[in-house]
Amino acid sequence: MSSYRPPRIAASEITPPALYMSRRALMATAGAGLALAALPKSLRAAPLAAKPSDYKVDETVTSKEDATSYNNFYEFGTDKTDPIRYSDDFKPQPWRVEVGGLVAKPTVFGIDDIMKDFPMEERVYRMRCVEAWSMVIPWIGFPLSALLDRVEPLGSAKYVAFETVVRPDEMPGQRGLFQPLRWPYVEGLRLDEARHPLAILATGLYGETLPNQNGAPLRLVVPWKYGFKGIKSIVRITLTEKEPPSTWNLSAPHEYGFYANVNPAVDHPRWSQATERRIGEGGGLFGGARRETLPFNGYADEVAGLYAGMDLAKYY
Amino acid sequence: MPALPARYRPLSVWALYAIGLTPGLWTFYLGVTADLGADPVRTFEHFLGLWALRFLCLTLLVTPVRDLFGINLISYRRALGLLAFWYVLAHFTVYLTLDRGMILTSIAGDLAKRPYIMLGMAGLVMLIPLALTSNRWSIRRLGPRWTTLHRLVYVIAAAGALHYALSLKSITAEPAFYIAAVGILLGYRLVRPTLMSRKRQRKAQFSARA
Repeated sequence: MSSYRPPRIAASEITPPALYMSRRALMATAGAGLALAALPKSLRAAPLAAKPSDYKVDETVTSKEDATSYNNFYEFGTDKTDPIRYSDDFKPQPWRVEVGGLVAKPTVFGIDDIMKDFPMEERVYRMRCVEAWSMVIPWIGFPLSALLDRVEPLGSAKYVAFETVVRPDEMPGQRGLFQPLRWPYVEGLRLDEARHPLAILATGLYGETLPNQNGAPLRLVVPWKYGFKGIKSIVRITLTEKEPPSTWNLSAPHEYGFYANVNPAVDHPRWSQATERRIGEGGGLFGGARRETLPFNGYADEVAGLYAGMDLAKYY
Repeated sequence: MPALPARYRPLSVWALYAIGLTPGLWTFYLGVTADLGADPVRTFEHFLGLWALRFLCLTLLVTPVRDLFGINLISYRRALGLLAFWYVLAHFTVYLTLDRGMILTSIAGDLAKRPYIMLGMAGLVMLIPLALTSNRWSIRRLGPRWTTLHRLVYVIAAAGALHYALSLKSITAEPAFYIAAVGILLGYRLVRPTLMSRKRQRKAQFSARA
């Protein structure tokens, strides 16, 4: 039996960014904010309006298929294909995010309000996983600082803590005998990192709302840090005075630091961080060569100043 | 279990080689045709390593199955062991070429700094003499020393299981299963002498009475 296999598409034949962006504009007019939960699963990712941003890398964008089917989201399982396979039952609507702690105006935001109140923009960022692979993803989101401004952090606030939802009924990775991590998944940033213009809360990718496996309905994206800092499905944001705990640091402190800045000079204890494999590059087994990893994932000009005077081999 | 007639035995051993190599070859084919997911190199590398461990476990299973259930699969043990060797070799080759791109500094760094890589390498190095002596001529030449040499497989299995466990970010059900399996198979070797001497005693009593 022979089976037809379509020829592979060369990177040069993939839709040029200009066309891509105009399609985005068309989607914007189509309107967003549909009643997502009522739709069947296949239609759940709704078009999401966003204006283009200057924050975009001029590199081939990873295919949507790869970016939405190769994910680390241990709440749905430890295998990279588990999130897409086991996140069907997850309900990202309705959703509330509690923002509190050391702030003048603690607020509970509904996801619909967030979608309405904050101007969404599309940013094409590099994403570097601590496991030495990388992608280029067109996120839709808004600066985290805009949300922080609304709750008015107090002068005593030094850090921002984040927390993921715990729903064992909807998240099979949170059930069963072998729990790889402690739930809820928690993460944190220093306040000045959180206020950096590159740090965004994402509500979508590839012109659509976030699929469950990518952290619906709201996740953090900090492109100069390893991917695990980008906490998904956020339910709580708390301004604190002390450095908050972070899940992977709790799990293996000598392997995952609080800062987790992308740094080719500091190896992970079990592998080198000097190079990375770009997902989807070259297709099959003999496709992509490894590429050099850039300090701060290529965002050094923007963020290196945040760490002036710090020994980044110590604060890894 | 009814034993296979002797004349079919060589054929069945060759069938075992063919079946045993199929997963690796099929996955290689999927990899070449870009059908192995987003990170084909990593997927292929891990797949080969896991099958190596599976064949090591099966090799170690032959003796307890014979002792405890009276099923004699000894004629397949060499094939199982050699299959483990081929998978380890393929796993290592993929690491060297497709994963590390033959960048020797990176490989040297791994070897110097990372215990799980050292364990994996040690396992491969120890497997080489065993694979080289897996033939009748060597068995005859080495005599009792052959058995002593091939006890190295216990150390290799332990190194393999540790290599696997230490390479993971977290131990979930699947790795826990393999680590437990290797643990039990090696643990069995510790109690085996006692177990077998008791069995012999019982047999002797029985035949004395009869």
